[in-house]
Amino acid sequence: MSEDLISRVTGVIAKTQKIPPETVTIDKSFEELNIDSLDGINILFALEGEFDVDIPDDAARGIRTVREMVEGIEKLLAAKSQAAESPQ
Amino acid sequence: MTRRVAVTGIGAISAFGHTYPDLWAGLAAGRSAIRPLTLVPPGALRFPNAAEVPDFDPLRHFEEKEAQMLDRFAQFAAVAAREAIKSSGIEFSRELGERTAIILGCSGGGKSTEDDGFYHLYALKEPRVSPLTIARAMSNAGASRVSFEYGITGPVFTVSTACSSANHSIGQAFRMVRSGEVEIAIAGGSEAPLSTGFLKAWEAMRVVAPDTCRPFSIDRRGLILGEGAAVLILEPMERALARGATIIGEIVGFGMSSDAHHITQPSAVGAARAMRAGLLDAELDPDAIGYVNAHGTGTLANDVTETEAIRSAFGAHAQKLLVSSTKSMHGHTLGAAGALEAAATLGALQCGLIPPTANFTAADPACDLDVVPNTPRAAQVEFAISNSFAFGGLNAVLVFRKSA
Repeated sequence: MSEDLISRVTGVIAKTQKIPPETVTIDKSFEELNIDSLDGINILFALEGEFDVDIPDDAARGIRTVREMVEGIEKLLAAKSQAAESPQ
Repeated sequence: MTRRVAVTGIGAISAFGHTYPDLWAGLAAGRSAIRPLTLVPPGALRFPNAAEVPDFDPLRHFEEKEAQMLDRFAQFAAVAAREAIKSSGIEFSRELGERTAIILGCSGGGKSTEDDGFYHLYALKEPRVSPLTIARAMSNAGASRVSFEYGITGPVFTVSTACSSANHSIGQAFRMVRSGEVEIAIAGGSEAPLSTGFLKAWEAMRVVAPDTCRPFSIDRRGLILGEGAAVLILEPMERALARGATIIGEIVGFGMSSDAHHITQPSAVGAARAMRAGLLDAELDPDAIGYVNAHGTGTLANDVTETEAIRSAFGAHAQKLLVSSTKSMHGHTLGAAGALEAAATLGALQCGLIPPTANFTAADPACDLDVVPNTPRAAQVEFAISNSFAFGGLNAVLVFRKSA
């Protein structure tokens, strides 16, 4: 999990939630950050734009912490770069 | 003045077909009308299915010039109202038209009209949109259309409270007839939400199931959107009996509440308060109710919250209630939902047959009521309620009685 990825994800969360970026750290839960279900889908939408990925509903459903969100994005980015490398 | 309020006509257009008998036949068979979407290009959305009205040709119902004045949702409203009025046997004189109300719920208005117009504007870079856009897209276009067709010159309006629109409309109409403010009410709801732009907005909310609607099932994955309309004719019981009308059923109570909680998350407290308010209005004890037509959207949040609310409102009697979600069959028709579900509830009382919760796979321990899974259930029930709970926290519950 690179520092760059963490800071991009936490930056998106902070921007979407209109909260200071330093409050969004990797070990925070959504509950601690007052992120409810509607905020959650708003963050997913912003992350899809930031990373140009498609986050499926089922993958998003169980995410409750910043760490899980970063890990999820990491997986999607890995799948995306693999798809780009493999021959069509 | 307090009068008993009879339902003497029903019309419906739904994914089952263009009439109320089509709707009831489907529900009574426990058949789901959820199918692959055809109104939007395939692959445009994360979810492939909806409950579309099949084979709807406006020119079978309207002159060409009239048809172009009306968005699909307003066409549905007119088609359902015509069937309801015809089945009631009421002929509207000028005097009766002045004493008649039309209250039709609609959540979104003419979404496909707006979508088409904005596509021309933004995608095709055309500098203008059709001058009919406003008249077609306004949410009251359906109610107004019905007023023109029958010369209804009393109170005519639309209630737009998202998924509670039709229950709020029917409830208000019920109270106007009960109080003597009007003699007849034409009430229900219509919706035609299946346009690409609007469905993309639903997709972004991540509440639409990728497969089908499975209310109260452990593996439910969300709601399935539907379209259609249903309209009821309400009149004083005395008047209906005097003219020898067929009494389909009776509306005996209406309860409302607001959660004042969250724009999308449901609240069991608010929902239970609306059910209690409905029972109080009907002067009924909880144990008088035999059937609950649930809001039952099939989302993770609604079904758990609604179960908790039903338990709170009904106490120990909740265990004996038959509870089903007909959205599993006709889809979630938003502003028409309460109207189609009123039609379903009246059918259940009249026929002694409870439409099931279709597509049910396995029980969710958090939804531990008798949800009448998959198979219609024969049951003579005298009183039933129908729940609608809207985004914005607005709850509306109707109470029905079987015809004597």
